[in-house]
Amino acid sequence: MAVPPETAQQIAQGSGASGRRKPVETRPQFVIRFAGDSGDGMQLAGMQFTTESALAGNDIATLPDFPAEIRAPAGTLAGVSGFQLNFSSQQVFTPGDEPSVLVAMNPAALKVNLEDLKPNGVLIIDKEGFTDANLKKAGYTSNPLTDHSLDKFQVFEIEVSKLTTSAVRELGLNTRAVNRCRNFFVLGLLSWLFQRPTKSVTDYIESRFKKTPDVMEANLRAFRAGFNYGETTEIFASAYEVKPAEIAPGFYRNITGNTATALGFVAASVKSGRPLFLGSYPITPASDVLHELSGFKNFPIYTFQAEDEIAGVASAIGAAFGGSIGITTTSGPGMNLKAEAIGLAVKVELPLVITDIQRAGPSTGMPTKPEQADLLMAMYGRHGESPIPIIAASTPADCFDCAYEAVRLAIKYMTPVILLTDGHLANGAEPWLVPDADKLPEIKVEFRTDPNGFMPYLRDEETLSRPWAIPGTPGLEHRIGGLSSEHLTGNVSYSPSNNEMMVRLRARKIAGIAREIPPIQVFGDAQGGDLLLVGWGSTYGTLREAVTNLRAKGKSVSHVHLRYLNPLPSDFGDVLRRFKKVMVAEMNMGQLLKMIRADYLIDAVGCNKIQGRPFKVSEVESRIMRALEG
Amino acid sequence: MATALTRKDFVSDQEVRWCPGCGDYAILAQVQKIMPELGVPRENTVFISGIGCSSRFPYYMNTYGFHTIHGRAPAIATGLKLTRPELDVWVVTGDGDGLSIGGNHLIHALRRNIDLKILLFNNRIYGLTKGQYSPTSEVGKVTKSTPAGSVDFPFNPITVALGTHASFVARSVDVEQKHLQDTLKRAHAHRGASFVEILQNCNIFNDGAFNDVSDKAIKADHQLVLEHGKPLVFGKNRDKGIRMNGMRPEVVALGNGVTEKDLVVHDETNLSLAFMLGHFEPPMPTPVGVFYAASRPTYDAAVNAQLAEARKSQGPGELRSLLRRGDTWNVK
Repeated sequence: MAVPPETAQQIAQGSGASGRRKPVETRPQFVIRFAGDSGDGMQLAGMQFTTESALAGNDIATLPDFPAEIRAPAGTLAGVSGFQLNFSSQQVFTPGDEPSVLVAMNPAALKVNLEDLKPNGVLIIDKEGFTDANLKKAGYTSNPLTDHSLDKFQVFEIEVSKLTTSAVRELGLNTRAVNRCRNFFVLGLLSWLFQRPTKSVTDYIESRFKKTPDVMEANLRAFRAGFNYGETTEIFASAYEVKPAEIAPGFYRNITGNTATALGFVAASVKSGRPLFLGSYPITPASDVLHELSGFKNFPIYTFQAEDEIAGVASAIGAAFGGSIGITTTSGPGMNLKAEAIGLAVKVELPLVITDIQRAGPSTGMPTKPEQADLLMAMYGRHGESPIPIIAASTPADCFDCAYEAVRLAIKYMTPVILLTDGHLANGAEPWLVPDADKLPEIKVEFRTDPNGFMPYLRDEETLSRPWAIPGTPGLEHRIGGLSSEHLTGNVSYSPSNNEMMVRLRARKIAGIAREIPPIQVFGDAQGGDLLLVGWGSTYGTLREAVTNLRAKGKSVSHVHLRYLNPLPSDFGDVLRRFKKVMVAEMNMGQLLKMIRADYLIDAVGCNKIQGRPFKVSEVESRIMRALEG
Repeated sequence: MATALTRKDFVSDQEVRWCPGCGDYAILAQVQKIMPELGVPRENTVFISGIGCSSRFPYYMNTYGFHTIHGRAPAIATGLKLTRPELDVWVVTGDGDGLSIGGNHLIHALRRNIDLKILLFNNRIYGLTKGQYSPTSEVGKVTKSTPAGSVDFPFNPITVALGTHASFVARSVDVEQKHLQDTLKRAHAHRGASFVEILQNCNIFNDGAFNDVSDKAIKADHQLVLEHGKPLVFGKNRDKGIRMNGMRPEVVALGNGVTEKDLVVHDETNLSLAFMLGHFEPPMPTPVGVFYAASRPTYDAAVNAQLAEARKSQGPGELRSLLRRGDTWNVK
């Protein structure tokens, strides 16, 4: 069980709160959503609350939801930024369908998020944000705080600005600086309301504002004031407690998908003993991987912010030619631009990992919102016959394992590998049981050095991969290129039969990876049943929860979640055929569905959503129920 | 131990397949000729090209080689050079590959001053695709894709390179064996991005495009050989020169009171002068030689210095502690 480093009681006592403590009501779980203007610091407050909850021993899952505009006009619907956290004393699969607590810093935040709040849910409102001007900007014709439209909720109206201002008054900060402490007042209040350990927040403030002591002090005071406000005023009758969850013992870290992806690459670099080279061009939501890796130069890790997406992947191919681990990171629009260079890597058979952190398209689409509509592009989005292994991460922490596995496969099979994650995984966070670095799978790099019998396309009998022969090796001077090349020698060849042989050899090489894909784990009835729900990527938690719920109601429903999308696991067809119905849930129009129907001639049906938002558990459940009844 | 390398050591076993009479043969011969003199082991030499006639070049060099995709050779070379700074990395490109589809990569490689030797074969035409105008074709050029004459204003490769503040910018001519060798050796000796425009005749689709500077009968009157520290003199009898008339350069005949002392003296370190010379077009003589050469930090050295510094100040990367950073807790 987790041991919080500092209990809420200690904080309350330390802060000098006097008198009788309020009662604490224990609940199994809460879903809380922070919403405000994108400048209100709701993401920060949410993340800090997440850390507190992780340290309190809860199982957690988060969903940030922010606008693409860096600073949309204040108070508008377009500028609303949200952060949702599910924290529980039981195992958590998703950030939760509907919040039971909503923090709304202004009318726009209320308007955008209210429809999701559960009936009788807790609504914490910054009353001062509800000015006539802000109400008008949000499109309210009457004030919801006075027109009884919020009667079905537990509404707590709090004068956040006034309380924050009075808490920091003595410091003499300007209004703007004071306003920027409001999120910590709110965080303090919630930390009290849910009895969170607060040391991580005070540590964060002390380190974040180390260079500006007055701002540090102001945020600390705002935070404490919020905490004490909850404890001492009459407004809340009781606080809540969510007990620690049963979590496997070990060393945990709160991690986002993008950080996990970056660390997976670093780990692969260390374990293979080769430098990592990232060639990348900034793009939402992939840039954080570039930021993260740029801080690890001592490993050594090269990060090259290229002039464009094409140069990002091209430079990685150049690095791979030289014997480094070449990787590139991007999102959908960048994948389109990289296609030709990826085809080159297929043809010259160099290791390369392309990470596509999918976002809602087409075109610029909704850059900050997740989607899974790049699967068929990953499969087929190049000219010519150019198969590539594809693996997809299913949770933020799983991004680590998948990034690591992508590098391992790329090197072992001398091939580009596409790693698919999405915006939901990239920014979402969960507790990660930190692996033992010594126990990660081996990544063996063997450069060819012997000139005797060297041929650039002489393949390994088992894997069919060609030797990695890097410049600087005496006696192995050779030329590779995009032109069709002769078996073994690699010399340019226009021989029709040679071309077909090489195309088929490369296809066999990729198909052969199926040999090492572990058998499929069926959640539910391994021997078969009424319906199998198949998914891949970030839908994992939602699908697993939906199937768990239906099974609890006695339904014969099972779940398979794929990591390897190309090649597909060799037992996949057998597993699919054990079920009367197969449903494929994806945030697209049915891409894996098409692959399954084409490969296995199975009349599978889709469960699809293309709204830039994850499925809700309830949506998946009702879709399954319809299929079972239909 | 090993005997000294010769030109033959740099000739690959592949049959050269340019059109008979192509200027590329002459360039290949000069490159192969200077290679043994550079003192770089064959295995440490890499030729990287894009797409086009010129980009077949790596197949004919018995070094490491990578024939990549259209326009991207500088980007691929960048990844290689950053991670393997000890290698000698040459980029072979053309006017279409380097200035049209790959223009972006070329300018950024030059701007960064990454230590690549970039040879741009300029024949002012698309040869491999059989005769369309290129970004260096002159206005009015009649080609398969411009039957009414091109209305597309051309790039000048030298001033494009100078505009990126490239640290070494030179021009030579396919048939000028000695001059080309000297220029390539200078380019190789330079630390940083070296850009060499090589005027190259396409005898099939654009024959004679550079006759004025390659035809022995007339070239002396049209070619201005740039030499650092020397006055700008040209002409069959070395009787003409370049003089400044206020802010404008002009051609003057030597004699009648005009001496070499009145002429502009070439200074490779003067970027403004390089720009002025780069803009010379007929009826002014065509300059060949080194327009500009200056020392400035290279990108590859700076990147590797940051890595070395990080290793020195933080120690080598340690995976276990890296994984255990951030918001952590123990569950017992």
